[in-house]
Amino acid sequence: MKKLIFTTLALIASPLAAQNQDLGEPIAEGQDVETIEEEEGLSGSVSFEGNLDDLGIAIPAFATDRNVATPANASGTEALGLEMARVITANLRNNGLFKPAGPDSLPRPEFANITSPVWGTWSVRGAEMLVHGYVRARSDDRLTVGCYLYDMALQQRLVAEGWVVSPADWRRAAHKCSDLIYSRLTGESPFFDSRIAYIAETGPKDNRVKRLAIMDSDGANHRFITTGRSTALTPRYSPDYKRLVYLSYVDGNPRIYVYDIGTGSQTLVTQSDNPTFAPRWSPDGRWILYSMAVGGNTDIYRVSAQGGRSERLTDTPGIDIGGSYSPDGRRIVFESDRSGAQQCYVMDADGSNQRRISFGGSRCATPEWSPRGDQIAFTNASSFNISVMSPSGGNVRTLTRGWQDEAPTWAPNGRIIQFFRTERNSGKTSLWQVDLTGENERSLPTPVDASDPAWGPILP
Amino acid sequence: MNNRIATTVMLTSALALAACQKKAPEEIPPPPIETPTPAPAPTTPAGPSVGSMEHFMQAVGQANTVVYFDTDRYNIDAEDSAKLQTQAQYFSQYPNVNFTIEGHADERGTREYNLALGERRANAAKNYLVSLGIPASRIRTISYGKERPVALGSNEAAWAQNRRAATVTIN
Repeated sequence: MKKLIFTTLALIASPLAAQNQDLGEPIAEGQDVETIEEEEGLSGSVSFEGNLDDLGIAIPAFATDRNVATPANASGTEALGLEMARVITANLRNNGLFKPAGPDSLPRPEFANITSPVWGTWSVRGAEMLVHGYVRARSDDRLTVGCYLYDMALQQRLVAEGWVVSPADWRRAAHKCSDLIYSRLTGESPFFDSRIAYIAETGPKDNRVKRLAIMDSDGANHRFITTGRSTALTPRYSPDYKRLVYLSYVDGNPRIYVYDIGTGSQTLVTQSDNPTFAPRWSPDGRWILYSMAVGGNTDIYRVSAQGGRSERLTDTPGIDIGGSYSPDGRRIVFESDRSGAQQCYVMDADGSNQRRISFGGSRCATPEWSPRGDQIAFTNASSFNISVMSPSGGNVRTLTRGWQDEAPTWAPNGRIIQFFRTERNSGKTSLWQVDLTGENERSLPTPVDASDPAWGPILP
Repeated sequence: MNNRIATTVMLTSALALAACQKKAPEEIPPPPIETPTPAPAPTTPAGPSVGSMEHFMQAVGQANTVVYFDTDRYNIDAEDSAKLQTQAQYFSQYPNVNFTIEGHADERGTREYNLALGERRANAAKNYLVSLGIPASRIRTISYGKERPVALGSNEAAWAQNRRAATVTIN
């Protein structure tokens, strides 16, 4: 009874504003992107049959009908068209799949040629695929962006699409064009038009400043959400990108907060004096999973994203933590040391039918179900490498070889995995990504050190 | 240390171990209590005030304020229990002093698991002190996982220093 009274008093006494004191200014939410149909539908099949990374793709600057001022680029729509092509070239090059030639080494097509290319200009340069596009400023300040992919051998258009975007969202049109090209040439689902939440790190190893930050999938539009006064960890974007869940020590204790991007304020995921960790969203955004330690024993709970009563999903002695939903939302893969060491388990979404799936002899930690449903990525917490396995625990493959790699997160199309790498001794951290072959590994440039990446789905 | 004390130590160790292994989940760690420390009315030249970290360290010895754990473990071994008994004597002598036990892990673990592991270690130390008669309401626990190392190398010696539960007085 005494305990109860104290809790009530503490709740009244703590001002609501205290939990917001580590937050920066709210971030402007993006506008919707409207898809428009370009005249003439898609046609023809791709003529190229070799390795995609040998495929010559020419991506000259996007044309404009009239070079006019736009809030998206101080120099006008012509300069913006050049930037568009640069973004697309970087996207396709950086993921190791293609070796595109970008606008800085190519002539610029006329606006009229976007729909009828001058084939000779590009065939002499050895291009097998040709990307054309245009930027047009509308009277309402928004931009119309068209994107065309041509097969040089067939001299045919493979696919075309257009979008109307607000000037602030011009890069999204470039990402959508990248996705269109990528999907048409690989047969895979898109992933460029998406964002990443992560933890930006600065300072010495024994006094690291850890801030919640967000960026586009290519690192652009980088923003800090928290000021760094309190340690922030393990963020996850809600599927609609309107909210973030993450751990903060803002009240002195590790607690999960739900941060609302529109209002720039946050609330506790649950009213409890116990520490909470490892937040996750369900794929439909209706549930939040979190883990809570009570008397030193950690279990997994779920709560409606609208708030309300929490439901405990695990109740074994030991640490049950994390959790990642299957794409259909029916099952959850999670981590538990109930057997004596960290291993991966699967349960139904209501906590029933818990069973271990990892038996490889190594520790299995931070499992993440692929958005395609066919693989589970995890941290091998014995060797600290990123690995994948089937949802039943078979076909384990190790994809990375860093000194300490952990915390995999999937690209929206389930073909690329991001993770963070810690350097031995210095403790410096950085974001990396690797494809499912394990061959194409690269670091992602970030303004400062970086950890805990969380890749969101394709933007709505 | 005579036999009887040794037996008591072993018994309480066993108790604490049992307690943390099947700890009833409904036992909620109490929230931090901001009790003002009563003025010790010093008539002698001012030393560190009772309940300050400096006072605590002078009384128990700095080495006794931190207990260490093996990789992935959270059990209180003989060395830990000796340290915690020294702490318990201090907290019995100064019943108005509240304190925090900070649980930590080394860097060779995943971030989230280490947060839970640090919490488990802090609770193991707390449960041991409670078994020695220190009221649970005076003890706050917090886990920093692997976020606050004291030894900065990436080697066994450094990791052993970082797998710890540190007692810190609230003043």
